[in-house]
Amino acid sequence: MRRVAVIGVGCSKFGELWDMSFRDIVLSAGIEALEDAGLEGKEIDAIYVGNMSGGRYLAQEHISALIADYAGLAELHIPSTRVEAGDASGGLALRQAYMAVASGMHEIVIAAGAEKVTDVGAEMAMDIPSSAADREWEVFCGANLPALFAMIARMHMERFGTTEEDLARVSVKNHRNAVNNPKAQFRREITLEVALNSPYVAEPLRLFDCAPISDGASVVVLASEEVAKKYTDTPVFISACCQASDYIALHSRRDITTMDAVVYASKQAYKQAGIEPKDIDVAEVHDSFTIAEIIAYEDLGFAEKGKGAELIRGGVTELDGEIPVNPSGGLKACGHAIGATGIRQAVEIVLQLRGDAGKRQVDAEKGLALNIGGTGATAVVTIFER
Amino acid sequence: MLPRFWRKIKYRYNLVGTYCENCGTYYYPPRNLCPKCRRKSKIREVQLSGKGKVISYSIVHDAPESFKMMKPYVVALIQLDEGPIITSQLVCKPEEVKIGMRVKAVFRKYGEEGESGIIYYGTKFAPDNE
Repeated sequence: MRRVAVIGVGCSKFGELWDMSFRDIVLSAGIEALEDAGLEGKEIDAIYVGNMSGGRYLAQEHISALIADYAGLAELHIPSTRVEAGDASGGLALRQAYMAVASGMHEIVIAAGAEKVTDVGAEMAMDIPSSAADREWEVFCGANLPALFAMIARMHMERFGTTEEDLARVSVKNHRNAVNNPKAQFRREITLEVALNSPYVAEPLRLFDCAPISDGASVVVLASEEVAKKYTDTPVFISACCQASDYIALHSRRDITTMDAVVYASKQAYKQAGIEPKDIDVAEVHDSFTIAEIIAYEDLGFAEKGKGAELIRGGVTELDGEIPVNPSGGLKACGHAIGATGIRQAVEIVLQLRGDAGKRQVDAEKGLALNIGGTGATAVVTIFER
Repeated sequence: MLPRFWRKIKYRYNLVGTYCENCGTYYYPPRNLCPKCRRKSKIREVQLSGKGKVISYSIVHDAPESFKMMKPYVVALIQLDEGPIITSQLVCKPEEVKIGMRVKAVFRKYGEEGESGIIYYGTKFAPDNE
């Protein structure tokens, strides 16, 4: 296996992009990434794209060829592949691209993620993400994604004393971080009172505990170490990219307050990178719901099981804390463009490690990204170092 | 969606699950393979008692379109006395539900596909005061 470097990153604006089509959004991220890497186009050996539901959001399948085409690459006949794992689709695309370079098969590979969600009505837009849970045995009963994460939160509270205020603190932190992210959907601070007085979506989760469903696209360019040297003086290396799966439905899991897929993927990733959780300087985690960020602290080994809330109470994961989590604003405030999210997280970690994160810059040498699908049936953990 | 629903009617209406004779584990929803025994699985169908307790729950306020008429409604994870945990709705007032509450299976309507479409029935749970 060869070392793999990130030589370019790009990200579209995240949010309700009414004036942009799926193709426009992908292109804006792609052009930014190719310019960042200094690529012309013909150097690209392969493309992997994460997209959860082009079929239902756009009635458009065959996203892989479509984006290669509209990125102006049709006549180069580059192999392009779409991968899907609910909202972990982006993480999967990153891992496929990583493996293609690490194995020696390819030299320069694009990993992209994209989703356009505002071309359907709000009801359908909200229903589609629940396809990442078990449609026949969970969603059938009215247990959509917010309700499932609410049941996780309820048990975490009951067992470990986590409170609604702890959940709200995650939201407040992520909104504060997004103020300094020009690509973020919600660039305004909120108070604890605002979060705690927002209406319940599914008790105990309130509106401000739930990430939005957003339009957006992100792109990273990967290259072998040798090739990377020709393109950049500031490569960021991927020291591990591990994926794990678990039961699709929450009710079949060993313990709903732990995502075993996250535990498994992160343990493998730490081992492969030769580091421990305490060596991570910055992380982007999958806060599709605030409780998921608290559980991620535990499952990634930043805190003991049951003590995740202590990190948010103690300011440990704030921008100026010991281990800043979601400096981008996370899914909650940067936005959750489903299939794009896993790549968007990678973009943020790369910017942080290169020192290109502007006003939200933290001091970091090693970073981690955690992308999950649904309620945790898929997890992708990627470790980056400069 | 009709054949997809129709195939599962026995299991949804009557709470028929599966049992692995090799390791003694009950499953609901039913499985064709036991994830603990895999190739050594010895699966047969089994009628579950329908009695159990609430493990966790949520009161859903922002309901999906097909459940709008029911809101707020209670969804719960229920551990049946035989062991498996299932996702279902509770037929009780939101303020009644608490963790550990004993419940029993009841046959109820879940939804319908428009005025002339099929009606979805299935198992819900109600407080069991016995």
